[in-house]
Amino acid sequence: MNRDEEIAALTRTRARVAGALTAVAIVIYFGFILLIAYAKPLLAVQLRPGLSVGILLGALVIVGSWLLTLGYVRWANRYVDAALDALRK
Amino acid sequence: MALLFFFIFIALTLGITAWAARRTRTTEHFYAAGRSVTAGQNGLALAGDYMSAASFLGIAGLVSTTGFDGLIYSTGWLVGWPIVLFLIAEPLRNLGRYTFADVVALRFRPVPVRVAAAIGTLATVTFYLIAQMVGAGSLIRMLFGIPFEAAVVVTGAVMIVYVLFGGMLATTWVQIVKAALLLAGATLLGVLVLARFHFDPTALFAAAAERYGDAVLAPGKLVSSPLEAISLGLALMFGTAGLPHILMRFYTVPEARAARTSVFYATGLIGYFYLMTFVLGFGAMVLVGPDAIRAADPGGNMAAPLLAELLGGEAFLGFISAVAFATILAVVAGLTLSGAAAISHDLWVNVVRRGVPESDEELRVAKLATIALGVLAIVLGISFKGQNVAFMVALAFAIAASANFPALLLAIYWSRLTTHGAVASMLTGTVSTLLLIWLSPTIQVDMLGRDTAWFPLKNPALVTIPLAFAVGIVVSLLAPEPEAAARHRQLARQMLLGPDA
Repeated sequence: MNRDEEIAALTRTRARVAGALTAVAIVIYFGFILLIAYAKPLLAVQLRPGLSVGILLGALVIVGSWLLTLGYVRWANRYVDAALDALRK
Repeated sequence: MALLFFFIFIALTLGITAWAARRTRTTEHFYAAGRSVTAGQNGLALAGDYMSAASFLGIAGLVSTTGFDGLIYSTGWLVGWPIVLFLIAEPLRNLGRYTFADVVALRFRPVPVRVAAAIGTLATVTFYLIAQMVGAGSLIRMLFGIPFEAAVVVTGAVMIVYVLFGGMLATTWVQIVKAALLLAGATLLGVLVLARFHFDPTALFAAAAERYGDAVLAPGKLVSSPLEAISLGLALMFGTAGLPHILMRFYTVPEARAARTSVFYATGLIGYFYLMTFVLGFGAMVLVGPDAIRAADPGGNMAAPLLAELLGGEAFLGFISAVAFATILAVVAGLTLSGAAAISHDLWVNVVRRGVPESDEELRVAKLATIALGVLAIVLGISFKGQNVAFMVALAFAIAASANFPALLLAIYWSRLTTHGAVASMLTGTVSTLLLIWLSPTIQVDMLGRDTAWFPLKNPALVTIPLAFAVGIVVSLLAPEPEAAARHRQLARQMLLGPDA
């Protein structure tokens, strides 16, 4: 592969991973919003006194979003940066 | 007591400003802190820029008076950050210099693109500034007992000093100090609340349900219409990726890797903070009580300060009040700086001077713009006294999501976008958002007292974001611009490797 092809390939890979993770983030958040809109009784169920499904899912949306950023940063630090270092040489 | 903490904060930040002023000589220092900010520092500063008084006082108040419904906002304010990280942060850092318009202007005829981007930026910044200034005025009047107008003038004046003399370096460190104080204050308050419930958050939630009914742990009437909820969610999720003062932060770090890491830190800090709002809100509900909170302020904004007073006495109330004020001060400084960059870098240098400024002119114009925006913020803050500010924040997010985000995303990733497409998308996003807000129930029914509103949704993002994308795409496809497509191919290398490649 020549350099331009390598750059194009890396651009495509990065866009695919970023696009997939964006889709996951959108599904998580709007899944939560749709549950709020259409499944209120489900979110009101208390798994133990005080811990409703709604509160648990709300906390999980926050933690899940952060874990998504962790996953991306680890992948990019390892895979993208190695490829970029190779390109710079 | 509150005044004492407040003066300590002012003295500390003015000291930082004096230190930063000696290091701020060039335009690059003024806009981008000499690109010397580390990933960790920028993570804290991003968190500082983002966690406004609305999130601290507003969400704590909302949760304490409505329960679960307030938490919908806690989650909504966070989910924009993964989008910023995946789609925007690294290409933005590699392609631009000072403003997000740099990235869009790179591929297209710069003059029309800069003008359109500056309109979107200034519209976003103005509405966000009004909300913060009005919030600052009422908050300081409540906390310190000084008149609304005086509070707005003090906020504007101190903020002008930070930005004018210390530029981005002072603004960054004010954000860092403020973020650290806010996180420390929220943590301390949270620990004091949880100590009364054997450090078990579910025991706190159970106590809230026991006293005010199981309904406080489930969705209530705040989200009455699903479309309304989805529209608000879209504005929050994609607005973050179009906020000019947030995007500008990515130019303060040395390279794309630091930009990437800083979003990860920021997301962790902001996420932690919003999880704490669960505890603070329900803590205020159980320990202070919704009636006492509403009696102090009908909007519920006093929930966190009242909780602090109950748990830690007057000293802690003073500390939390000073933190809340510091929060507003830091956010308006960041907003003003990004507005000044749009006026000086985008409009003056690249439109009026066609990219060839006279020496030192860019910095001089940026400083004049800072003073002008500061005075404008004070005037608007005073004239909007008593208005509902929540809708102005929502409006700022809706404009950012519709005017700035679609054009920026398409410019980075879609090779067939054209000059006309980018300009049409940005103008459509700005104009349609302003128009639909004007026709919405918030203005027509709540503010003007009419019986019905022409447009049913309070937040127009559900219509305006797809519209801005569609207009950008259709206009580009109707009249292709081969040079813009060729530039996209040429920029592939810079997008990955940065401006030095």
